[in-house]
Amino acid sequence: MAYANVLNIGMWLGLAVMIVTFVIYISGVFPSFVPIDDLPKYWTMRVHDFNVALHAPTGWGWAPLVGKGDYMNFIGIAMLSGLTILCYAVILPILIKKKDTAYVVIAIAEILVLSLAASGLLKVGGH
Amino acid sequence: MPSAVPTSAAPWWVWPVALFIVTFVLGILAVLGGVGGGVLFVPIVGGFFPFNIDFVRGAGLLVALAGALAAGPGLLKRNLASIRLAMPVALIASAAAIVGAMIGLALSAAVINTLLGATILFIVIIMATAKKSDFPVVPKPDALSQSLGIMGIYREESLGKDVEWTVHKTPQALFMFIVIGIMAGMFGLGAGWANVPVLNLMMGAPLKISVATSKFLLSITDTSAAWVYLNQGAVLPMIVIPSLVGIMLGSMIGVKILAKSKPKAIKWMVIGLLLFAGLRSLLKGLGIWK
Repeated sequence: MAYANVLNIGMWLGLAVMIVTFVIYISGVFPSFVPIDDLPKYWTMRVHDFNVALHAPTGWGWAPLVGKGDYMNFIGIAMLSGLTILCYAVILPILIKKKDTAYVVIAIAEILVLSLAASGLLKVGGH
Repeated sequence: MPSAVPTSAAPWWVWPVALFIVTFVLGILAVLGGVGGGVLFVPIVGGFFPFNIDFVRGAGLLVALAGALAAGPGLLKRNLASIRLAMPVALIASAAAIVGAMIGLALSAAVINTLLGATILFIVIIMATAKKSDFPVVPKPDALSQSLGIMGIYREESLGKDVEWTVHKTPQALFMFIVIGIMAGMFGLGAGWANVPVLNLMMGAPLKISVATSKFLLSITDTSAAWVYLNQGAVLPMIVIPSLVGIMLGSMIGVKILAKSKPKAIKWMVIGLLLFAGLRSLLKGLGIWK
């Protein structure tokens, strides 16, 4: 149930952040990295071409740009994407306390897998 | 140097509004069908909206993830989603999804759509021809599932009684989840389309447990693949956020309906949804239905 409770709170929080940042984004209060009106010109491109044309950041390169209207939304997206890692970290002590060795190992391995994916260390060649 | 290309004359806001409406409906249907929404989102949005398949897949994974996160707490608390069943398979699938995502971002769209469509149609055939999938008979749980304590009991509301369940063929299923994870990451899907048949038909978990655990499992598998797409820049907030909000709201409605629904109705709804999604992807990949 600890997993469910953290998941529930985190999901609502992430959703709220996303809604707020999206409203800010489309309001234009903060200038965007890619002007909203220009988006239709670029969203038909493959992501590699998009990044080259706009010098868009990859990996965690968006973090310094959270002041931009579009990249501000990445805060909520990252929250939701990281929620599962948090849930596993919460249940890990519980599994250890129960001496559920197999599931302790599984939980630790999962945290490592998800952290690797989130790290930005994995690169993909351009198509 | 790639340059911007002109697209439709519709104002930019038309597409976010349309995305919200479409994904709200998909959110409800996805929970009932246990397919995470990604398998429906990617071919439908990729086929009828002007976005490149890279951004559609990135959004599709986040859409499936959000739907799973929204439904997860309710399914866990209702004892329909099993953490003990999900965690071992999720570890395998999430690791494989990273590999799949990296491969998928390197392949052409035509190859992806063709393979995706063919895969989904294959699963439709399996599900349509399966027998007694509502409450499969498990003669004897295998050694691995017994040692991991993968078993449970849940309240089947449609029958008004408690149902005990165990699983078998766990090692074979774990191998299947390697394949499922790779394909989920490659196609930008949520993997529910394959999770449910493997959990239900191969491992023998009751259909409702399979659907619910699949939905929960998506939140783990898709997290790993979504991060790969996010880190490659294949995430556009103008596509993702309206879709995320729509499907999360739709998923919450779907959870309330799931507990009271009948297993047979769920099964045929999943088949119908997958058939449509699969045909669309295959024909688009082959250049027949552009």
